[in-house]
Amino acid sequence: MDEVKVIEIKKSIFADNEKDADDLRKELKRKGVYLLNLMSSPGSGKTTTLIQTINRLKDKIRVAVMEADIDSDVDAVRIREATGVPSIQLHTGGMCHLDAEMTRQGLENLPPDTFDLVVLENVGNLVCPAEFDTGAVRNAMILSVPEGDDKPLKYPLMFSVCDVVVVNKTDVLPYFDFDLDKCREHVRMRNPAARVIPLCARTGEGVDAFAGWLLEEVKAWKENQ
Amino acid sequence: MHELGIVFYIIRDVKQAAAEHHVSHVSGVVMDIGEVSTVVPEYLTDCWRWAADKEELLQGSALKVNTIPAVTLCGDCRREYETVRYGKTCPHCHSENTWLLRGNEVEIKEIEVQ
Repeated sequence: MDEVKVIEIKKSIFADNEKDADDLRKELKRKGVYLLNLMSSPGSGKTTTLIQTINRLKDKIRVAVMEADIDSDVDAVRIREATGVPSIQLHTGGMCHLDAEMTRQGLENLPPDTFDLVVLENVGNLVCPAEFDTGAVRNAMILSVPEGDDKPLKYPLMFSVCDVVVVNKTDVLPYFDFDLDKCREHVRMRNPAARVIPLCARTGEGVDAFAGWLLEEVKAWKENQ
Repeated sequence: MHELGIVFYIIRDVKQAAAEHHVSHVSGVVMDIGEVSTVVPEYLTDCWRWAADKEELLQGSALKVNTIPAVTLCGDCRREYETVRYGKTCPHCHSENTWLLRGNEVEIKEIEVQ
């Protein structure tokens, strides 16, 4: 049998993606485009929250949406019909997350205008999307009340990479053992810098706070270009 | 279940390394996988078998996993402890001002060629 030769590699599989993500962020900064990566588990209300938020922003800034799913285009169609802003569907080909290269390819498929804000709705999943930097300026995640206030303890990485944690479905708080103060404390333990914004996408309550945060973020990103 | 996605990244990096070293067939790939990296080694090797056999460069190649134990450092008492056993709270001084030193790796350590 031939002798086995060993070639040392010592390389994190995330290294290339991190470089791609940094390059994409620099390019977006040059173009004045703010990219938000929105993550959550399936069924937390990402699309409904997005529709409510976009309808508050679309007269002030130019918004587009990229929907990432393993299959179907129901979310992209829903966003387009409910807000009128350009919305495209990305398919991940069975992958449970988007990486920076897939995000870049998605951005190339948007109508050739310039946008102030592009929202990437990531695949519904609390594990993998947190591991792959998409090149977004900020990460936000939605935690819905029925999921429980202990999620920051169970999925620490997701909560530690997010700048904003939206707590959605606050209208059902009376029916669940969800303690908002405990939730804030659990988020703080994982990420002291994260902002927690409670809202109800169905009734619209609290959505102004999230939309306001996003508008300020977009303005700040476009300054000192 | 994100191991298949991870396998695609490993294949991409191994292909690149093989090209750099002018290697035409790889017989084994050794991974360093941290205990709290959220990668399940058994799923990773299953996905590897499925995906690697579709690549001429990697047909029949074995994926070997070294598990790197997770260790957390306490920022207050400066002692180290086992992450999996005690989590975020230091067992010595009960501080939560702690951070992971090792155990989050998903690294290609080396490749074997014959």
